[in-house]
Amino acid sequence: MTIKNYSIGFALSLMLTALSFGAVWLHYYNHHRWPTHQELFVWIIALAVVQLAVQVYFFLHLGQGEAARLNAAMFALAAVLVAVVVGGSLWIMTSLNARMQMSPDQMMEYMQHQNDAM
Amino acid sequence: MKNTTDHKASIFGFWLYLMSDCLLFASLFATFAVLRGNTFGGPNAEELLNVPFVLAETLVLLTSSFTAGVALIAAQLNKRAWVFGALAATFILGATFLGLELHEFAGLIAAGDGPGRSAFLSAFFALVGTHGLHVAAGLLWMLILSAQMLSRPDFEAAPGNVRTKLLALGLFWHFLDVVWIGIFSLVYLLGATL
Repeated sequence: MTIKNYSIGFALSLMLTALSFGAVWLHYYNHHRWPTHQELFVWIIALAVVQLAVQVYFFLHLGQGEAARLNAAMFALAAVLVAVVVGGSLWIMTSLNARMQMSPDQMMEYMQHQNDAM
Repeated sequence: MKNTTDHKASIFGFWLYLMSDCLLFASLFATFAVLRGNTFGGPNAEELLNVPFVLAETLVLLTSSFTAGVALIAAQLNKRAWVFGALAATFILGATFLGLELHEFAGLIAAGDGPGRSAFLSAFFALVGTHGLHVAAGLLWMLILSAQMLSRPDFEAAPGNVRTKLLALGLFWHFLDVVWIGIFSLVYLLGATL
């Protein structure tokens, strides 16, 4: 835990924040043409993940200090649980949503198809 | 040294609390992601996105995370004046952040777009509001800890090691900034991709 570490983390976070907001600004400035919606989506998520890693290392000192291994193990466990909760919810709900958009005829056809497949 | 063992155990315990708090935020993020499109004719995430406003909130909170780190380092070096100065800066920046957030909420509610307007807005207020409540709790904690430090000449005087408490507070504050990365990216900025 040194002032140098904190300054590096702060500078990197500022840069990553500027890139995220800059991408959104460019998106509006170029009338949604560059970056496109899909490119912007990937850009924002990627920058958020990188900034998360930067702050967890430089500010939360993960992997440093005396109890580093235990802390890291608990962090990994939390990361798995977060992935299951968020990923699982999105997976189930989008799939459910897609099925709810079928017309009754389509639903009938879909169920018969599922039945045939068994 | 008994103090060192206590310090390590306390900080590890606090780390466990932070990881469980991660799960609380994960469920709120999941709820938000699922309900994001259910706007029921009300405003969607893009209409909520005011880029300069969210950028200001983000910079204020990020800077406060840095000043909280300065307070931790000053405590390590036993520089009392620096600890108080850095904590005061963190408190002012944190209060500014909370003020901006409440301003945004008040504007939405005044326009009839409160949490009852749509499932999207319920999820939005639940997620961003829970983060705001954490920030408010952190501000209160800063005041209490400052009062405790003022009454003690030395950081490690019994009862209760102030340095340990300060480190826990610092971790809490850094954690809130990490959660905010998720909020400004996934809640606000992704609104531009709608």
